Amino acid sequence: MSLLTVEDLRVEFDTYGGIVKAVRGVGFSLEPGKSLAIVGESGCGKSVSVQALMGLIPTPPGRITGGSVRFQGKEILGLPLREANLIRGKEIGMIFQDPMSSLNPTMTVGKQIGETLRYHEGVTGDAARKAAIELLERVGIPEASSRVDAFPFQFSGGMRQRVMIAMAIACRPSLLIADEPTTALDVTVQAQILELIAELQRETQMSLILITHDLGVVARVADDVAVMYAGQIVETASVDDIFYRPAHPYTLGLQAARPPADEQLRRKLEPILGSPPDLFRPPAGCAYRARCPWAMRVCEAQDPPLWPLEPQHSSRCWLHHEYGSERRPERLHHGASMPAPGAAQA
Amino acid sequence: MTSAANSPNVERPILELKALQKHFRLPGGRMLHAVDGVSLSVGEREVVGLVGESGCGKSTLGKTVVGLLDKTAGEVHYRGQRLPALYGAEDFRKYARKVHMIFQDPYSSLDPRMTVREIIAEGPRIHGLWSRDEVSERVAFCLERVGLARDYMSRYAHEFSGGQRQRIGIARALAIEPEIVVCDEPISALDVSVQAQVVNLLGQLSDTLGLTLLFIAHDLSMVRYVSRRMAVMYLGQLVELGPSNDVYFRPQHPYTQSLIASNPEPDPQRARQRLPLAARGEISSPVDPKSGCRFVGRCPHALPVCSTRDPEWREIAPGHFVACHLFN
Repeated sequence: MSLLTVEDLRVEFDTYGGIVKAVRGVGFSLEPGKSLAIVGESGCGKSVSVQALMGLIPTPPGRITGGSVRFQGKEILGLPLREANLIRGKEIGMIFQDPMSSLNPTMTVGKQIGETLRYHEGVTGDAARKAAIELLERVGIPEASSRVDAFPFQFSGGMRQRVMIAMAIACRPSLLIADEPTTALDVTVQAQILELIAELQRETQMSLILITHDLGVVARVADDVAVMYAGQIVETASVDDIFYRPAHPYTLGLQAARPPADEQLRRKLEPILGSPPDLFRPPAGCAYRARCPWAMRVCEAQDPPLWPLEPQHSSRCWLHHEYGSERRPERLHHGASMPAPGAAQA
Repeated sequence: MTSAANSPNVERPILELKALQKHFRLPGGRMLHAVDGVSLSVGEREVVGLVGESGCGKSTLGKTVVGLLDKTAGEVHYRGQRLPALYGAEDFRKYARKVHMIFQDPYSSLDPRMTVREIIAEGPRIHGLWSRDEVSERVAFCLERVGLARDYMSRYAHEFSGGQRQRIGIARALAIEPEIVVCDEPISALDVSVQAQVVNLLGQLSDTLGLTLLFIAHDLSMVRYVSRRMAVMYLGQLVELGPSNDVYFRPQHPYTQSLIASNPEPDPQRARQRLPLAARGEISSPVDPKSGCRFVGRCPHALPVCSTRDPEWREIAPGHFVACHLFN
């Protein structure tokens, strides 16, 4: 059974400019012990998606307008606060991009870690302090027994992120959600933090959802990848398929926009032209079509379905329709011809 | 580090840094050595990349070169002329026109109360380059050169996306026709799909206008792609300098090696084969640094001599320099 199944998740925000449709029907599932990377550019809805499933959308102005999130078989969307709190922080741990603003500046790190333990496991006093020291040691903080009484500002960025991880894993969660955990860090420290998360996963069989905009981080960490664009998942596949057999023009575009890692190759960067669409008024049809070099007429008229190419590989693109075959470039993976999704008509 | 010319293949450098230092005085008489003896020659029309982690002094170096900060010691030469240690108003008029800068943050570096036209025309106005009746036409030309429509000139910065703002920043920098442009993290605030637009634009403009670029960034893959030579900075000093491909694919200094090994390469197979070579710990403090190699505390190959003596800057292959005791 999947640990987590998300179906057709929809989130909107009221703003002065109108309603922003930030997440427009996101679905994925995650097996125990596996790592899923959700990758996309700023504003694509990747953070909002996981905030929604953690119940962290501020309401108002935000609201979840549809969908289902099942964790260990149980629906957790719209759970009353008391029940949600039994899962959050215990079964599902979360770490954020900016550890400075996510930690309480007026509490020692030991107290903050202890708070999680007290709330969920009733551990208090010396036992909580001892557990906090062990956790700090586990995440690689030197001299943990004295650092436990230090405040967040006394730690460097990388060490703060380690403290966040210690808090998140305090109750041995079966799922860790990491929202851009290394974006604020330097590459050498980023590598250390990613290695720490991987190590913890190997030890505890914890699953991971990693949100990032960095394809390099994806390549290093993920088993499976979901690529998001304008509030939708446009491609899902194994990490190798995403990198070596991309099937959506946006995934291909992201890769062509980066310099090749090969000394001999000296190709020009191919930028993706234009910029992402306005989510106040999501365009009819495919959201990527205005930037897509292979857009067809149907892309304007109809939302493309998420096309299954292989059992674990889908792409939301009309080029996979038989009528798109002439227009489809060779470097776009098409895979074995799977039957078209039910509702699809070109 | 010696101040000897570090690059014999740069015969007539347009820009030369000689043992450049920029220190900041802190309360309690302590000194922050942000830039601590950097020597670098940049040839005409050359693109030199400067990489390093945050706090290594690369942005301070850029600002010192263009005169936004005074120089504590050392020299900067532009076409053989020594630039003043502290710019006066006259010096800005004289040198800022030739040695200019593009900033990292396309949000805070454009005045929100000025129209695009005012932003772009400000430099030329100060330098007296454009006559009043040609301003509109010139601004339009500057905008079109960076791929923006001419009627954007009456808008304000907040009406644009990050990528467009960075184009406006480039248009502003190029309006005064500089010869050398220091690009301080010009793409790091941008999304991947937009980064390539800006990098291609910079490349194309520097080709057509014959610009010399000092490209400062922490994105190693992009710096390798953009620049012919690449310098690696650590705690105020250069630790390695050489042809970009050599530095990136055959790094010699232990710091460069761990930097490259940590660089997330978008290739899952290579990521799996990668050796765990990341440096231990984090960058140490640039305040009152001790003698010896700055990287010694994190270096997997440190020798006793490393903590007592500064490593020498030596050429280990033609044009490839390293400051490390392992090469003595």
